[in-house]
Amino acid sequence: MSTLVIRGGQLIDPGAGVDAVRDILFKDNRVVEIAAPGKLKQLNGATDAQSIDATGLVVTPGLIDIHVHLREPGQGYKETIATGTAAAAAGGFTAVAAMPNTAPVNDSADITRWMQSPERGAQVRVFPIAAATRGSKGETLNDYAALKSAGAVAVTDDGHPILKDSVMRETLAAASRVGLSVIQHAEDTRMTQGASMNAGPVAFKLGLRGMPVEAESGIVERDIRLVTELRDARAHLHVAHTSTAAAIAAVRQARRNGLRVTCEVAPHHFLLTDEHVGAYNTHYKMNPPLRSAADRDAMIEAILDGVVDAIATDHAPHAMHEKEVEFERAPNGITGLETALGLCLRYLHGDLKMPLGRVLSLLSAQPAAVLGLKGRGTLAVGSCADAVIFDPNAEWTYRAAEGKSKAKNTPFDGWTMQGKVRWTIAEGRVAYTSPA
Amino acid sequence: MPTTTARRTFHPPQLSPSPFPYHPGSLLSVNDLTLESLNHILARATVLTYQDPLTRAQILAKRRVALLFYESSTRTRTSFELAAKALGCDTTLVSSLSSSIEKGESLKDTGLTIRALGAEAIILRHNSSGAPWLLEDYTRLPVLNAGDGMHEHPTQGLLDLRTILARLRPGVAEVGPETLAGVTVTITGDILHSRVARSNMLLLPRLGAQVVLCGPKELLPELAADAGPGIAIERNFESALRQSQVVMMLRIQAERLAGLQLDLEQYKAAYQLTGDRLRTLAPQAIVMHPGPIIRGLELTAGVADGPQSTILEQVSNGVAIRMAVVERALTAESPRVPNDRSSSLGSKNGGRA
Repeated sequence: MSTLVIRGGQLIDPGAGVDAVRDILFKDNRVVEIAAPGKLKQLNGATDAQSIDATGLVVTPGLIDIHVHLREPGQGYKETIATGTAAAAAGGFTAVAAMPNTAPVNDSADITRWMQSPERGAQVRVFPIAAATRGSKGETLNDYAALKSAGAVAVTDDGHPILKDSVMRETLAAASRVGLSVIQHAEDTRMTQGASMNAGPVAFKLGLRGMPVEAESGIVERDIRLVTELRDARAHLHVAHTSTAAAIAAVRQARRNGLRVTCEVAPHHFLLTDEHVGAYNTHYKMNPPLRSAADRDAMIEAILDGVVDAIATDHAPHAMHEKEVEFERAPNGITGLETALGLCLRYLHGDLKMPLGRVLSLLSAQPAAVLGLKGRGTLAVGSCADAVIFDPNAEWTYRAAEGKSKAKNTPFDGWTMQGKVRWTIAEGRVAYTSPA
Repeated sequence: MPTTTARRTFHPPQLSPSPFPYHPGSLLSVNDLTLESLNHILARATVLTYQDPLTRAQILAKRRVALLFYESSTRTRTSFELAAKALGCDTTLVSSLSSSIEKGESLKDTGLTIRALGAEAIILRHNSSGAPWLLEDYTRLPVLNAGDGMHEHPTQGLLDLRTILARLRPGVAEVGPETLAGVTVTITGDILHSRVARSNMLLLPRLGAQVVLCGPKELLPELAADAGPGIAIERNFESALRQSQVVMMLRIQAERLAGLQLDLEQYKAAYQLTGDRLRTLAPQAIVMHPGPIIRGLELTAGVADGPQSTILEQVSNGVAIRMAVVERALTAESPRVPNDRSSSLGSKNGGRA
């Protein structure tokens, strides 16, 4: 039995409504006791207990990223489950939900189990998200009950959005029957052929084909119509990486109508705009693309007013040589696990004065709720022993070359970050630690 | 309201200044050119044109210039080659067919290979917008953009300017912000896919010209008017012609339509430059076309061969302008060492190198 004590830190547990200096006792993978400093009762003078002095630091539930690409099976040259989860731990994440666009596509219980096997060397918990349809081809539904019992927490054809209304309706209905969420990468790919950035004046000037905002909002609106039709089944739709004001407006309205519709926003979509593409820098190429300043502002407003349920990074590692090509030929995506907390603390909390508890909630309690991850996203007694301990006052500079991810494709290299992760405790084990 | 709070207090990092072009001899976009360098190029084009060929061939004797062409080309490739040879350069052509590009070699590796072979400048034509920036980033050689995707074709903009000046402002020794005041240039046709249109619409207004873009919505989105100052949209070709001193016609780029359906008969009815339209609406205007022309589509054969046409003058001016930019590429001061740049401009935010 392993015992871990975290002493004297400021415990901020938005899910449990706690914001106070507390000592915390973990035994194995459980939160056993929380008490005022020096008042733990169940320690019983255990001599083998590992102790962390968190004085002056924030202790909060381990962060949860519900949208990452770990590239295994099949694309280990970009990232592996081991390196991707090491990056997660360095960024303060104790659980990640892994997208199924692997090679082969994760559309089976076997692959879902393979990803969670101890041989993968995961540093934090991996929750597989399975493909909604066979091979993510958008035609034939997978066996959701089997996928769920193998550990899948949601289904999606991320990157290959389900365009056929009938298939999407069946997906929502079948997933709701087994209690799985459906995540949609909202992109009408019929409107984005050959496009490599946001449609608009910048794309025109750069001579690049653009993805119109309607390609995103149209699918979100269609999906919400289907959820409305399946209202009695309580189907749950989660909109991945929302990037447009129109899509956010549709989600906001759906919520007012009492539908189970949630959404996430990625840090790059509330920080950057299509102007940042600059001189065809492929580290600013992702899908959905960086949008206009008006769309970027709409993401900020939606985060502040509570429409956004989660910050998710869409961590999308690629090998260096894959990004060192013509902009139109470069693959979409940037890494995000090691920069999300630093960016959220600096910009959402620092600049926008969003209360720290609310920022942390968007990174832990709320994403856990979106995917129904029991015992995660809180440090209430009985929960998983997942915690991150960070110095909220430390400023540091992110250097991609020094990162844990195998990939270095990030626009945030050299950016100043707020809040330094000192310890990441994943399921009772120190998964990452850094000196003060 | 969160809205106002958000906008008042949010301070994301500013865009860092673009480090491009790295090499002062590069010509990636018409925006790279100051008025001073523009005048330098125009003046040198004239001097070099009239210089004794044997003297001229000493200017860059045995210097090495590579032409790297990923797209077919007649005018641009030949005139760059003739221009470089006229100055005494050794030139070599690498085209995407019949080279290792066919075997999958990347632009980066092709560029590094060409540099290792001793090339001192690369003239690049590429089907991807932005490719010259990538090539310059990796080779740090002077790169001359000979047309990148749907983006820019700066030497075409320059040779068009030289053509317009010769016809409308003969004898003007130096250009400035008012040189083309009162001149309306109508660019008609497939604006969306045209790198020629982009270079011209960014360059000509800087000298005081008004650029009018004309074409159907599919080929000319409304937001084209926001590309820069001095740009307006007029959908009616005949209204546009009436106000024009320069009429620039563009080819429908079948290779870039990407599934777009276009009724050519309808297009011709609305936008073809015919003898009748030209005679009645713009009898004094000059008619330009970057080529290749498709006779009977965007303009009639009679107009192409008529007295108002400057199509072949443009081609001749191409050699003059390209002599000047090749000379500039190989005689510009070498760039500062990279370390100097990083300290003066700050981090390049995820630079590729």
